[in-house]
Amino acid sequence: MSQVDAPPIVELRDVDKRYGDGPLILDKVSLAAQRGDFITLIGPSGCGKSTILKLISGLTPISAGRIVVDGMDPASAVERLAFVFQEPTLLPWLNVSRNVEVPLRLHGTAAAKRAEIVKKSLALVRLADRTDYYPRQLSGGQKMRVSIARALSVSPRILLLDEPFAALDEITRNHLNEELLAIRQQLAWTAFFVTHSVAEAVFLSNRILVMSANPGRMHDELPVDLPYPRTEETRESTAYQKLVGEASRILRSVELLKS
Amino acid sequence: MSAAPKLLRIARRLLPLATGVGMIIAWYAIHLAMSSEQQFLLPTPHEVARAFVDEGPALWGAALNTGGGALLGFGSAVALSFLLALILSLSPLVRASFYPYLMILQMTPIIVMAPILILWVGPGLRSVTIITFLICFFPMVVNTTQGLVSTDRNLVDLFRMCKASKAQEIFLLRVPAALPYFFTGLRIGGTLAPIGAIVGDFYAGNSAGGQGGLGFLAIIYSSRFQMGALFATAAVSCLLGFVFVAGVIALSWLALHKWHESFSQTEN
Repeated sequence: MSQVDAPPIVELRDVDKRYGDGPLILDKVSLAAQRGDFITLIGPSGCGKSTILKLISGLTPISAGRIVVDGMDPASAVERLAFVFQEPTLLPWLNVSRNVEVPLRLHGTAAAKRAEIVKKSLALVRLADRTDYYPRQLSGGQKMRVSIARALSVSPRILLLDEPFAALDEITRNHLNEELLAIRQQLAWTAFFVTHSVAEAVFLSNRILVMSANPGRMHDELPVDLPYPRTEETRESTAYQKLVGEASRILRSVELLKS
Repeated sequence: MSAAPKLLRIARRLLPLATGVGMIIAWYAIHLAMSSEQQFLLPTPHEVARAFVDEGPALWGAALNTGGGALLGFGSAVALSFLLALILSLSPLVRASFYPYLMILQMTPIIVMAPILILWVGPGLRSVTIITFLICFFPMVVNTTQGLVSTDRNLVDLFRMCKASKAQEIFLLRVPAALPYFFTGLRIGGTLAPIGAIVGDFYAGNSAGGQGGLGFLAIIYSSRFQMGALFATAAVSCLLGFVFVAGVIALSWLALHKWHESFSQTEN
Protein backbone atom coordinates (compact mmCIF):
# COMPACT_ATOMS: atom_id res chain seq x y z
CA MET A 1 0.00 0.00 0.00
CA SER A 2 2.66 2.49 0.99
CA GLN A 3 5.75 3.70 -0.79
CA VAL A 4 8.56 3.73 1.73
CA ASP A 5 10.47 6.45 -0.12
CA ALA A 6 7.67 9.04 -0.11
CA PRO A 7 7.59 11.41 2.87
CA PRO A 8 5.04 10.29 5.49
CA ILE A 9 1.68 12.10 5.35
CA VAL A 10 1.55 12.17 9.15
CA GLU A 11 4.58 11.99 11.35
CA LEU A 12 4.95 12.23 15.12
CA ARG A 13 8.43 12.20 16.57
CA ASP A 14 9.04 11.93 20.32
CA VAL A 15 5.75 13.63 21.06
CA ASP A 16 4.85 14.34 24.68
CA LYS A 17 1.43 15.53 25.74
CA ARG A 18 0.14 16.80 29.03
CA TYR A 19 -2.83 19.07 29.76
CA GLY A 20 -1.67 22.06 31.81
CA ASP A 21 0.22 20.84 34.85
CA GLY A 22 -1.51 17.45 34.66
CA PRO A 23 0.18 14.07 34.37
CA LEU A 24 1.98 12.99 31.22
CA ILE A 25 -0.60 11.54 28.81
CA LEU A 26 1.75 10.65 25.97
CA ASP A 27 5.43 9.87 26.45
CA LYS A 28 7.79 10.18 23.46
CA VAL A 29 5.32 8.81 20.96
CA SER A 30 6.64 8.35 17.44
CA LEU A 31 4.78 7.13 14.40
CA ALA A 32 4.82 7.68 10.65
CA ALA A 33 1.88 7.10 8.35
CA GLN A 34 2.37 6.67 4.62
CA ARG A 35 -0.23 7.91 2.17
CA GLY A 36 -3.01 5.33 1.98
CA ASP A 37 -2.25 3.68 5.29
CA PHE A 38 -5.16 2.50 7.41
CA ILE A 39 -3.70 2.67 10.90
CA THR A 40 -5.63 1.46 13.90
CA LEU A 41 -4.60 2.39 17.42
CA ILE A 42 -5.48 -0.06 20.14
CA GLY A 43 -4.53 -0.20 23.79
CA PRO A 44 -5.96 -0.09 27.30
CA SER A 45 -8.24 2.78 28.34
CA GLY A 46 -6.31 5.92 29.10
CA CYS A 47 -3.36 5.07 26.85
CA GLY A 48 -3.93 8.27 24.87
CA LYS A 49 -5.22 6.77 21.61
CA SER A 50 -7.84 9.49 21.21
CA THR A 51 -5.34 12.12 22.28
CA ILE A 52 -3.18 11.22 19.27
CA LEU A 53 -6.16 11.92 16.98
CA LYS A 54 -6.69 15.26 18.71
CA LEU A 55 -3.05 16.18 18.19
CA ILE A 56 -3.17 15.29 14.49
CA SER A 57 -6.36 17.31 14.04
CA GLY A 58 -4.82 20.30 15.81
CA LEU A 59 -7.62 20.40 18.40
CA THR A 60 -4.95 20.45 21.09
CA PRO A 61 -1.21 21.24 20.79
CA ILE A 62 1.67 18.88 21.56
CA SER A 63 3.75 19.57 24.68
CA ALA A 64 7.09 18.44 23.24
CA GLY A 65 8.48 16.77 20.14
CA ARG A 66 7.52 17.28 16.52
CA ILE A 67 4.37 16.68 14.52
CA VAL A 68 3.95 17.12 10.78
CA VAL A 69 0.66 16.65 8.96
CA ASP A 70 0.76 16.70 5.17
CA GLY A 71 3.97 18.70 5.23
CA MET A 72 2.80 21.36 7.69
CA ASP A 73 1.81 21.88 11.29
CA PRO A 74 -1.61 20.44 12.29
CA ALA A 75 -3.35 23.80 12.65
CA SER A 76 -2.59 24.64 9.00
CA ALA A 77 -3.44 21.14 7.76
CA VAL A 78 -6.87 21.11 9.40
CA GLU A 79 -8.69 21.64 6.08
CA ARG A 80 -7.22 18.43 4.71
CA LEU A 81 -8.62 16.20 7.38
CA ALA A 82 -11.95 15.20 8.86
CA PHE A 83 -12.90 13.82 12.23
CA VAL A 84 -15.53 11.20 12.97
CA PHE A 85 -16.42 11.19 16.65
CA GLN A 86 -17.50 8.37 18.91
CA GLU A 87 -21.04 9.76 18.89
CA PRO A 88 -22.67 10.72 15.58
CA THR A 89 -22.42 14.36 16.77
CA LEU A 90 -25.11 15.63 14.41
CA LEU A 91 -26.96 18.90 14.77
CA PRO A 92 -30.43 17.64 15.75
CA TRP A 93 -32.23 20.69 14.34
CA LEU A 94 -30.90 20.13 10.83
CA ASN A 95 -32.05 17.41 8.46
CA VAL A 96 -29.65 14.87 7.01
CA SER A 97 -28.50 16.85 3.97
CA ARG A 98 -28.12 20.07 5.97
CA ASN A 99 -26.01 18.16 8.49
CA VAL A 100 -23.74 16.81 5.80
CA GLU A 101 -23.15 20.27 4.36
CA VAL A 102 -22.23 21.91 7.70
CA PRO A 103 -18.45 21.88 7.04
CA LEU A 104 -19.01 23.16 3.50
CA ARG A 105 -21.19 26.02 4.74
CA LEU A 106 -18.53 26.95 7.27
CA HIS A 107 -15.92 26.91 4.52
CA GLY A 108 -18.14 29.15 2.40
CA THR A 109 -18.72 26.70 -0.45
CA ALA A 110 -21.35 27.87 -2.97
CA ALA A 111 -24.84 26.38 -2.66
CA ALA A 112 -24.87 24.53 -6.00
CA LYS A 113 -21.51 22.94 -5.30
CA ARG A 114 -22.70 22.03 -1.78
CA ALA A 115 -25.80 20.28 -3.10
CA GLU A 116 -23.70 18.25 -5.53
CA ILE A 117 -21.22 17.16 -2.84
CA VAL A 118 -23.97 16.33 -0.34
CA LYS A 119 -25.67 14.15 -2.92
CA LYS A 120 -22.45 12.31 -3.68
CA SER A 121 -21.50 11.85 -0.01
CA LEU A 122 -24.93 10.52 0.94
CA ALA A 123 -24.87 8.12 -2.01
CA LEU A 124 -21.54 6.78 -0.74
CA VAL A 125 -23.03 5.92 2.64
CA ARG A 126 -26.25 4.64 1.00
CA LEU A 127 -28.52 7.26 2.54
CA ALA A 128 -29.57 9.08 -0.63
CA ASP A 129 -33.23 8.45 0.24
CA ARG A 130 -33.02 9.98 3.72
CA THR A 131 -32.03 13.57 2.88
CA ASP A 132 -35.07 15.16 4.57
CA TYR A 133 -34.98 13.05 7.72
CA TYR A 134 -34.07 14.57 11.06
CA PRO A 135 -31.45 12.76 13.18
CA ARG A 136 -34.01 11.57 15.72
CA GLN A 137 -35.80 9.68 12.94
CA LEU A 138 -32.69 7.64 12.13
CA SER A 139 -31.26 4.48 13.70
CA GLY A 140 -27.88 4.53 15.42
CA GLY A 141 -26.18 3.04 12.37
CA GLN A 142 -27.81 5.54 10.00
CA LYS A 143 -26.76 8.45 12.20
CA MET A 144 -23.18 7.22 12.09
CA ARG A 145 -23.41 6.99 8.30
CA VAL A 146 -24.52 10.62 8.16
CA SER A 147 -21.58 11.50 10.37
CA ILE A 148 -19.23 9.72 7.95
CA ALA A 149 -20.87 11.40 4.95
CA ARG A 150 -20.28 14.76 6.64
CA ALA A 151 -16.60 13.90 7.12
CA LEU A 152 -16.30 12.82 3.48
CA SER A 153 -17.94 16.04 2.23
CA VAL A 154 -14.72 18.00 2.66
CA SER A 155 -12.77 15.44 0.53
CA PRO A 156 -10.27 14.84 3.31
CA ARG A 157 -6.83 13.40 2.70
CA ILE A 158 -6.74 12.13 6.26
CA LEU A 159 -9.70 10.66 8.09
CA LEU A 160 -9.58 10.43 11.88
CA LEU A 161 -12.11 8.07 13.45
CA ASP A 162 -12.42 7.88 17.23
CA GLU A 163 -14.28 4.65 18.10
CA PRO A 164 -17.03 5.55 15.65
CA PHE A 165 -18.87 2.22 15.84
CA ALA A 166 -18.44 1.47 19.55
CA ALA A 167 -22.08 2.08 20.39
CA LEU A 168 -23.48 -0.08 17.59
CA ASP A 169 -24.50 -3.73 17.62
CA GLU A 170 -22.07 -6.18 16.07
CA ILE A 171 -23.97 -6.81 12.83
CA THR A 172 -24.34 -3.09 12.10
CA ARG A 173 -20.71 -2.57 13.03
CA ASN A 174 -19.53 -5.28 10.63
CA HIS A 175 -21.64 -3.79 7.84
CA LEU A 176 -20.26 -0.33 8.43
CA ASN A 177 -16.70 -1.69 8.52
CA GLU A 178 -17.21 -3.21 5.07
CA GLU A 179 -18.82 -0.01 3.78
CA LEU A 180 -15.99 2.09 5.13
CA LEU A 181 -13.45 -0.03 3.27
CA ALA A 182 -15.59 0.06 0.11
CA ILE A 183 -15.64 3.87 0.24
CA ARG A 184 -11.90 3.87 0.79
CA GLN A 185 -11.48 1.89 -2.44
CA GLN A 186 -13.03 4.89 -4.25
CA LEU A 187 -11.53 7.78 -2.27
CA ALA A 188 -8.02 7.08 -1.17
CA TRP A 189 -7.61 8.75 2.19
CA THR A 190 -5.23 7.85 4.95
CA ALA A 191 -7.09 6.68 8.03
CA PHE A 192 -6.39 6.76 11.74
CA PHE A 193 -8.88 4.62 13.58
CA VAL A 194 -9.27 4.13 17.32
CA THR A 195 -11.10 1.10 18.64
CA HIS A 196 -11.35 -1.32 21.55
CA SER A 197 -12.24 -4.17 19.21
CA VAL A 198 -9.29 -6.24 18.07
CA ALA A 199 -11.42 -7.93 15.39
CA GLU A 200 -12.41 -4.55 13.96
CA ALA A 201 -8.79 -3.40 14.02
CA VAL A 202 -7.60 -6.42 12.05
CA PHE A 203 -10.45 -6.24 9.56
CA LEU A 204 -9.92 -2.59 8.70
CA SER A 205 -6.24 -1.81 8.89
CA ASN A 206 -2.97 -2.56 7.20
CA ARG A 207 -1.13 -1.55 10.36
CA ILE A 208 -2.13 -1.92 14.00
CA LEU A 209 -0.30 0.14 16.58
CA VAL A 210 -0.56 -1.19 20.11
CA MET A 211 -0.13 1.30 22.92
CA SER A 212 0.49 0.92 26.65
CA ALA A 213 -0.92 3.20 29.32
CA ASN A 214 0.24 5.45 32.20
CA PRO A 215 1.77 7.23 30.43
CA GLY A 216 0.75 6.39 26.86
CA ARG A 217 3.59 4.86 24.89
CA MET A 218 3.98 3.05 21.60
CA HIS A 219 4.34 -0.60 22.52
CA ASP A 220 4.28 -2.68 19.36
CA GLU A 221 3.24 -2.69 15.75
CA LEU A 222 1.39 -5.48 14.01
CA PRO A 223 1.30 -5.39 10.22
CA VAL A 224 -1.88 -6.83 8.71
CA ASP A 225 -1.03 -8.18 5.29
CA LEU A 226 -4.49 -9.33 4.29
CA PRO A 227 -5.40 -8.26 0.76
CA TYR A 228 -8.02 -5.56 0.10
CA PRO A 229 -10.89 -5.56 -0.72
CA ARG A 230 -11.86 -7.35 2.44
CA THR A 231 -15.28 -8.94 2.81
CA GLU A 232 -17.25 -11.27 5.02
CA GLU A 233 -15.02 -14.07 3.70
CA THR A 234 -11.98 -12.31 5.09
CA ARG A 235 -13.45 -12.75 8.57
CA GLU A 236 -13.73 -16.48 8.02
CA SER A 237 -10.17 -16.92 6.76
CA THR A 238 -7.59 -18.55 9.01
CA ALA A 239 -5.07 -15.79 8.29
CA TYR A 240 -7.53 -13.22 9.69
CA GLN A 241 -8.30 -15.29 12.75
CA LYS A 242 -4.63 -15.87 13.41
CA LEU A 243 -4.01 -12.13 13.31
CA VAL A 244 -6.93 -11.47 15.67
CA GLY A 245 -5.42 -14.00 18.07
CA GLU A 246 -2.01 -12.41 17.83
CA ALA A 247 -3.34 -8.88 18.34
CA SER A 248 -5.33 -10.08 21.37
CA ARG A 249 -2.18 -11.63 22.83
CA ILE A 250 -0.22 -8.40 22.44
CA LEU A 251 -3.08 -6.41 23.95
CA ARG A 252 -3.26 -8.78 26.92
CA SER A 253 0.47 -8.48 27.53
CA VAL A 254 0.06 -4.69 27.52
CA GLU A 255 -2.81 -4.94 30.00
CA LEU A 256 -0.56 -7.02 32.25
CA LEU A 257 2.17 -4.39 32.07
CA LYS A 258 -0.27 -1.93 33.55
CA SER A 259 -0.91 -3.81 36.78
CA MET B 1 -60.97 -4.15 18.90
CA SER B 2 -61.84 -5.39 22.37
CA ALA B 3 -64.32 -3.72 24.67
CA ALA B 4 -61.93 -2.82 27.46
CA PRO B 5 -59.82 -0.16 25.69
CA LYS B 6 -62.97 1.39 24.23
CA LEU B 7 -64.50 1.68 27.70
CA LEU B 8 -61.25 3.19 28.93
CA ARG B 9 -61.37 5.80 26.19
CA ILE B 10 -64.94 6.77 27.04
CA ALA B 11 -64.02 6.93 30.72
CA ARG B 12 -61.10 9.19 29.88
CA ARG B 13 -63.49 11.66 28.24
CA LEU B 14 -66.27 11.45 30.79
CA LEU B 15 -64.36 11.42 34.05
CA PRO B 16 -62.91 14.95 33.83
CA LEU B 17 -66.38 16.22 32.99
CA ALA B 18 -67.86 14.30 35.91
CA THR B 19 -65.21 15.75 38.23
CA GLY B 20 -66.18 19.25 37.12
CA VAL B 21 -69.90 18.61 37.68
CA GLY B 22 -69.11 17.09 41.07
CA MET B 23 -67.13 20.15 42.10
CA ILE B 24 -69.98 22.49 41.13
CA ILE B 25 -72.44 20.36 43.14
CA ALA B 26 -70.06 20.44 46.12
CA TRP B 27 -69.74 24.21 45.68
CA TYR B 28 -73.56 24.63 45.90
CA ALA B 29 -73.70 22.21 48.82
CA ILE B 30 -71.10 24.18 50.80
CA HIS B 31 -72.92 27.42 49.98
CA LEU B 32 -76.22 25.98 51.24
CA ALA B 33 -74.60 24.54 54.35
CA MET B 34 -73.35 28.00 55.38
CA SER B 35 -75.36 30.21 57.68
CA SER B 36 -77.30 32.91 55.85
CA GLU B 37 -75.10 35.74 57.14
CA GLN B 38 -71.99 33.93 55.92
CA GLN B 39 -73.35 32.89 52.55
CA PHE B 40 -72.17 36.07 50.83
CA LEU B 41 -68.57 34.90 51.34
CA LEU B 42 -69.05 32.11 48.84
CA PRO B 43 -71.14 33.24 45.87
CA THR B 44 -72.78 30.44 43.89
CA PRO B 45 -71.60 29.65 40.33
CA HIS B 46 -74.66 31.38 38.84
CA GLU B 47 -73.96 34.50 40.89
CA VAL B 48 -70.43 34.50 39.51
CA ALA B 49 -71.85 34.04 36.01
CA ARG B 50 -74.18 36.98 36.54
CA ALA B 51 -71.25 39.11 37.73
CA PHE B 52 -69.50 38.22 34.48
CA VAL B 53 -72.39 39.71 32.53
CA ASP B 54 -72.90 42.76 34.76
CA GLU B 55 -69.22 43.60 35.11
CA GLY B 56 -68.24 42.38 31.64
CA PRO B 57 -66.93 45.66 30.18
CA ALA B 58 -64.94 46.45 33.35
CA LEU B 59 -63.51 42.92 33.53
CA TRP B 60 -62.45 42.64 29.89
CA GLY B 61 -61.09 46.19 29.89
CA ALA B 62 -59.02 45.37 32.97
CA ALA B 63 -57.91 42.07 31.44
CA LEU B 64 -56.74 43.95 28.36
CA ASN B 65 -54.77 46.46 30.46
CA THR B 66 -53.17 43.71 32.53
CA GLY B 67 -52.54 41.58 29.44
CA GLY B 68 -50.84 44.56 27.78
CA GLY B 69 -48.57 45.12 30.76
CA ALA B 70 -47.83 41.40 30.99
CA LEU B 71 -46.99 41.21 27.29
CA LEU B 72 -44.74 44.28 27.37
CA GLY B 73 -42.94 43.09 30.50
CA PHE B 74 -42.63 39.53 29.23
CA GLY B 75 -41.53 40.58 25.75
CA SER B 76 -38.83 42.90 27.02
CA ALA B 77 -37.70 40.23 29.52
CA VAL B 78 -37.41 37.69 26.68
CA ALA B 79 -35.36 40.04 24.51
CA LEU B 80 -33.09 41.34 27.26
CA SER B 81 -32.62 37.98 28.97
CA PHE B 82 -31.53 36.53 25.64
CA LEU B 83 -29.01 39.32 25.08
CA LEU B 84 -27.66 39.06 28.62
CA ALA B 85 -27.44 35.26 28.32
CA LEU B 86 -25.38 35.68 25.14
CA ILE B 87 -22.97 37.94 27.03
CA LEU B 88 -22.89 35.68 30.09
CA SER B 89 -22.17 32.64 27.93
CA LEU B 90 -18.93 34.19 26.67
CA SER B 91 -16.88 33.30 29.74
CA PRO B 92 -17.13 31.96 33.29
CA LEU B 93 -15.50 35.17 34.45
CA VAL B 94 -18.34 37.27 33.04
CA ARG B 95 -20.86 34.94 34.69
CA ALA B 96 -19.11 35.13 38.05
CA SER B 97 -19.12 38.93 37.92
CA PHE B 98 -22.82 39.24 37.00
CA TYR B 99 -24.60 36.43 38.82
CA PRO B 100 -24.44 37.83 42.39
CA TYR B 101 -26.20 41.01 41.26
CA LEU B 102 -28.80 39.07 39.31
CA MET B 103 -29.48 37.18 42.51
CA ILE B 104 -30.12 40.47 44.33
CA LEU B 105 -32.68 41.33 41.68
CA GLN B 106 -34.35 37.97 42.15
CA MET B 107 -34.30 38.01 45.96
CA THR B 108 -35.85 41.46 46.43
CA PRO B 109 -39.60 41.05 46.97
CA ILE B 110 -41.77 42.88 44.47
CA ILE B 111 -43.87 44.35 47.30
CA VAL B 112 -40.83 46.36 48.34
CA MET B 113 -39.93 47.30 44.78
CA ALA B 114 -43.42 48.57 43.96
CA PRO B 115 -43.35 51.79 46.02
CA ILE B 116 -39.91 52.61 44.64
CA LEU B 117 -41.14 52.12 41.10
CA ILE B 118 -44.24 54.23 41.73
CA LEU B 119 -42.00 57.09 42.82
CA TRP B 120 -39.68 56.59 39.86
CA VAL B 121 -42.07 56.12 36.96
CA GLY B 122 -45.51 56.69 38.46
CA PRO B 123 -48.31 54.15 38.85
CA GLY B 124 -49.81 52.43 35.83
CA LEU B 125 -48.60 50.59 32.75
CA ARG B 126 -44.95 51.53 33.14
CA SER B 127 -44.74 50.24 36.72
CA VAL B 128 -46.73 47.11 35.84
CA THR B 129 -44.43 46.42 32.89
CA ILE B 130 -41.29 46.81 34.97
CA ILE B 131 -42.63 44.59 37.76
CA THR B 132 -43.57 41.91 35.24
CA PHE B 133 -40.13 42.22 33.71
CA LEU B 134 -38.44 41.82 37.10
CA ILE B 135 -40.42 38.67 37.89
CA CYS B 136 -39.81 36.94 34.52
CA PHE B 137 -36.27 38.03 33.81
CA PHE B 138 -34.15 35.90 36.14
CA PRO B 139 -35.37 32.38 35.34
CA MET B 140 -35.11 33.11 31.63
CA VAL B 141 -31.54 34.44 31.87
CA VAL B 142 -30.48 31.40 33.89
CA ASN B 143 -32.06 28.87 31.54
CA THR B 144 -30.84 30.45 28.33
CA THR B 145 -27.32 30.88 29.69
CA GLN B 146 -27.29 27.26 30.81
CA GLY B 147 -28.33 26.24 27.31
CA LEU B 148 -25.70 28.37 25.62
CA VAL B 149 -22.87 26.86 27.67
CA SER B 150 -24.10 23.25 27.42
CA THR B 151 -23.27 22.75 23.74
CA ASP B 152 -21.87 19.31 22.92
CA ARG B 153 -18.08 19.55 23.21
CA ASN B 154 -17.57 17.49 20.03
CA LEU B 155 -19.81 19.81 18.01
CA VAL B 156 -17.74 22.76 19.17
CA ASP B 157 -14.59 20.85 18.11
CA LEU B 158 -16.19 20.12 14.74
CA PHE B 159 -16.89 23.84 14.23
CA ARG B 160 -13.35 24.76 15.26
CA MET B 161 -11.89 22.21 12.86
CA CYS B 162 -13.95 23.82 10.10
CA LYS B 163 -12.45 27.17 11.09
CA ALA B 164 -15.85 28.59 12.04
CA SER B 165 -15.83 32.21 13.19
CA LYS B 166 -16.97 33.03 16.73
CA ALA B 167 -20.21 34.45 15.26
CA GLN B 168 -20.83 31.24 13.29
CA GLU B 169 -20.16 29.19 16.39
CA ILE B 170 -22.66 31.25 18.39
CA PHE B 171 -25.46 31.65 15.88
CA LEU B 172 -25.22 28.41 13.89
CA LEU B 173 -24.40 26.17 16.84
CA ARG B 174 -24.78 27.50 20.37
CA VAL B 175 -28.04 29.40 19.90
CA PRO B 176 -30.00 26.62 18.14
CA ALA B 177 -28.60 24.07 20.60
CA ALA B 178 -29.82 26.29 23.45
CA LEU B 179 -33.38 26.59 22.10
CA PRO B 180 -34.84 23.80 24.27
CA TYR B 181 -33.40 25.52 27.37
CA PHE B 182 -34.59 28.89 26.11
CA PHE B 183 -38.14 27.57 25.78
CA THR B 184 -38.02 26.01 29.25
CA GLY B 185 -37.19 29.48 30.53
CA LEU B 186 -39.94 30.93 28.35
CA ARG B 187 -42.50 28.58 29.91
CA ILE B 188 -41.50 29.64 33.40
CA GLY B 189 -41.54 33.30 32.35
CA GLY B 190 -44.86 32.90 30.53
CA THR B 191 -46.43 31.46 33.68
CA LEU B 192 -45.02 34.24 35.85
CA ALA B 193 -45.80 37.16 33.50
CA PRO B 194 -49.60 37.41 34.03
CA ILE B 195 -49.15 36.85 37.77
CA GLY B 196 -46.47 39.54 37.82
CA ALA B 197 -48.69 41.95 35.93
CA ILE B 198 -51.63 41.38 38.30
CA VAL B 199 -49.44 41.72 41.38
CA GLY B 200 -47.89 44.81 39.81
CA ASP B 201 -51.31 46.24 39.12
CA PHE B 202 -52.41 45.45 42.68
CA TYR B 203 -49.55 47.52 44.14
CA ALA B 204 -48.76 49.99 41.41
CA GLY B 205 -51.78 50.06 39.11
CA ASN B 206 -53.33 53.27 37.88
CA SER B 207 -56.61 54.16 39.53
CA ALA B 208 -57.60 56.66 36.82
CA GLY B 209 -60.75 55.65 34.92
CA GLY B 210 -60.33 52.76 32.54
CA GLN B 211 -56.61 52.33 33.13
CA GLY B 212 -56.74 49.87 36.01
CA GLY B 213 -56.03 46.22 35.52
CA LEU B 214 -57.23 43.06 37.21
CA GLY B 215 -55.28 43.69 40.40
CA PHE B 216 -56.80 47.12 40.73
CA LEU B 217 -60.26 45.71 39.99
CA ALA B 218 -59.80 43.13 42.75
CA ILE B 219 -59.14 45.94 45.24
CA ILE B 220 -62.29 47.79 44.14
CA TYR B 221 -64.54 44.72 44.29
CA SER B 222 -63.24 43.61 47.66
CA SER B 223 -63.78 47.07 49.13
CA ARG B 224 -67.40 46.87 47.95
CA PHE B 225 -67.84 43.24 49.06
CA GLN B 226 -68.81 42.30 45.49
CA MET B 227 -67.95 38.66 45.98
CA GLY B 228 -69.37 37.42 42.67
CA ALA B 229 -67.36 40.03 40.76
CA LEU B 230 -64.27 39.16 42.80
CA PHE B 231 -64.61 35.51 41.80
CA ALA B 232 -65.14 36.56 38.19
CA THR B 233 -61.91 38.60 38.39
CA ALA B 234 -60.10 35.51 39.64
CA ALA B 235 -61.51 33.52 36.73
CA VAL B 236 -60.41 36.13 34.17
CA SER B 237 -56.93 36.23 35.74
CA CYS B 238 -56.76 32.48 35.43
CA LEU B 239 -57.84 32.72 31.78
CA LEU B 240 -55.14 35.29 31.10
CA GLY B 241 -52.57 32.87 32.55
CA PHE B 242 -53.83 30.11 30.26
CA VAL B 243 -53.60 32.36 27.21
CA PHE B 244 -49.95 33.14 28.00
CA VAL B 245 -48.96 29.55 28.64
CA ALA B 246 -50.80 28.39 25.50
CA GLY B 247 -48.99 31.06 23.49
CA VAL B 248 -45.60 29.96 24.79
CA ILE B 249 -46.37 26.28 24.20
CA ALA B 250 -47.44 27.10 20.64
CA LEU B 251 -44.19 28.99 20.04
CA SER B 252 -42.03 26.19 21.40
CA TRP B 253 -43.97 23.69 19.29
CA LEU B 254 -43.29 25.76 16.19
CA ALA B 255 -39.59 25.96 16.97
CA LEU B 256 -38.91 22.44 18.21
CA HIS B 257 -41.48 19.89 17.06
CA LYS B 258 -39.64 18.91 13.89
CA TRP B 259 -36.43 17.87 15.57
CA HIS B 260 -36.50 17.85 19.35
CA GLU B 261 -36.88 14.60 21.29
CA SER B 262 -39.53 16.06 23.58
CA PHE B 263 -41.98 16.10 20.65
CA SER B 264 -41.03 12.72 19.21
CA GLN B 265 -43.93 10.66 20.59
CA THR B 266 -46.55 12.78 18.86
CA GLU B 267 -44.59 12.76 15.62
CA ASN B 268 -43.74 9.11 15.08
